[in-house]
Amino acid sequence: MAARRSRRRIRARTAAWLEHHGRAVLGALGRLRMQWLAALMTAGVIGIALALPALFVVFMDNTQNVVGDWDGRPRVSVFLEQDTLMDRARETAQRLRERDDVRAVEVLTPEAALAEFRAHTRMDRALSLLESNPLPGVLLVEPPPGLSTARIDALTRTLEGLDIAAEVRLDREWVRRLHAILTLFARLGWLIAGLLALAVPLVVGNTIRLEIENRREEIVITKLLGATDAFVRRPFLYTGLWHGLFGGAIAAVLVETAYLLLAGPANTIARSYASGFRLQGLDPAAAATLLACGVLLGLLGAWIAVGRHLSTIEPR
Amino acid sequence: MIRLEAVGKRYPGERDALRQVSLHLRPGELGFLTGPSGAGKSTLLRLIPLLERPSQGRVEVGGVDLGRLARRRIPYLRRGIGMIFQDHRLLADRTVFDNVALPLVIAGTPRRELGRRVRAALDKVDLLRYERAQPETLSSGEQQRVGIARAVVRRPPVLLADEPTGNLDPALSAEIMTLFRRFSELGVTTLIATHDVALVERLGHRRISLSGGRVVADTAATEAH
Repeated sequence: MAARRSRRRIRARTAAWLEHHGRAVLGALGRLRMQWLAALMTAGVIGIALALPALFVVFMDNTQNVVGDWDGRPRVSVFLEQDTLMDRARETAQRLRERDDVRAVEVLTPEAALAEFRAHTRMDRALSLLESNPLPGVLLVEPPPGLSTARIDALTRTLEGLDIAAEVRLDREWVRRLHAILTLFARLGWLIAGLLALAVPLVVGNTIRLEIENRREEIVITKLLGATDAFVRRPFLYTGLWHGLFGGAIAAVLVETAYLLLAGPANTIARSYASGFRLQGLDPAAAATLLACGVLLGLLGAWIAVGRHLSTIEPR
Repeated sequence: MIRLEAVGKRYPGERDALRQVSLHLRPGELGFLTGPSGAGKSTLLRLIPLLERPSQGRVEVGGVDLGRLARRRIPYLRRGIGMIFQDHRLLADRTVFDNVALPLVIAGTPRRELGRRVRAALDKVDLLRYERAQPETLSSGEQQRVGIARAVVRRPPVLLADEPTGNLDPALSAEIMTLFRRFSELGVTTLIATHDVALVERLGHRRISLSGGRVVADTAATEAH
């Protein structure tokens, strides 16, 4: 009987606690609604501060998509002698495929090379003036992932020794440079993103500080009536949460707007290079992450402000 | 219920606000603190809910030595003490109902119980009809009664009032004091600071006179009340 009563009491207390949280969430929202212009401005500042890093992340994702195929794995192009018969080239390719330091070999005939060149450059008229196809056949040799530099060099030397090879080119250095540049940009971007994200807790913290000052008397009265620090803190934390959420939503809208503005021209440029690349905006997971970042940074700012300022307000 | 033993209070750079004050209020007792301004009445009241800590001596409420009470326990001590102020200290942006409900909300009282208890408290001070009103639309006396309803809504064992009739006319003051007497009869230990000596004498309850931070007289309740 006593245990049942105790369980009932715990259930009632939990329900009341949840109810208070619900009231604090809605109360904080109600206050923001009453001061909607100030709230909108705060959310706008947070939105811009979050949108810039988010735009950067989207930009980097798109850049990775562009260079995604060139993931740093070297490819060896074997340019064949002009008079090489393609049957012989295919035979050589087949032999190379059997090696354990070769993952794949693609044979590009002079005709296919010319067609590809034509498609990329649209120089039909100029090319039609040529008496013969100047492009050689090519063997595109791809080593397996993770092959050591020494073995790649050895493979390159082997390919140079083929009697049908006119020139062998290892496409590695420029990929390495590109990746190094992208890594540098990524780090620089994250640094700037971190600094901008730091602005969010500062903005929210300052807003909460002002709100605490405005509600000083209410805080004093609730503390007089027996409110714990957690009780007093709660509405301010939820205010920070709402500011962060709205800021995150504004950031998502800004990023999507930028995407809508840029997608058309970017896709047109990609098409002109016969690239399958399509500019990507925020996917639902990225948008949710942006909102979550807004919420977390808003809560962090509110927590810092509340921690600093609430302890100075004690009933006298 | 409330016990002070050789309590002293000194504010930094000032003279002693209280000196060697000892007193004991039994459960359900109603006592008045009287004395001129600066006598130490408000300071003494502030020691009980730990709004101030004594510089020396010992304060006990309900058998708990407040000197040993951890900071995190102070809110729970205050929940057991109803406080009434001269300036009412109501939240202007909330209705009378919400003001009175505040101690229950703080204590996590379930919603279904909350409405019933708030209305019972408002009924006690005859303000049930104003539950949806904003405090600023009420008279000073009515606001004071809202403050009293808020102080008693959790049925605390201790009630403290600092000049509760300071802004009220004699008729309203008497009405408020009648309310306090009724709570005391229900077992609530009540300590009221007031400078209205005439009113206190008429009521005939225990009167503790302070002057210069010392208890100069402690008159027991007369049979008259």
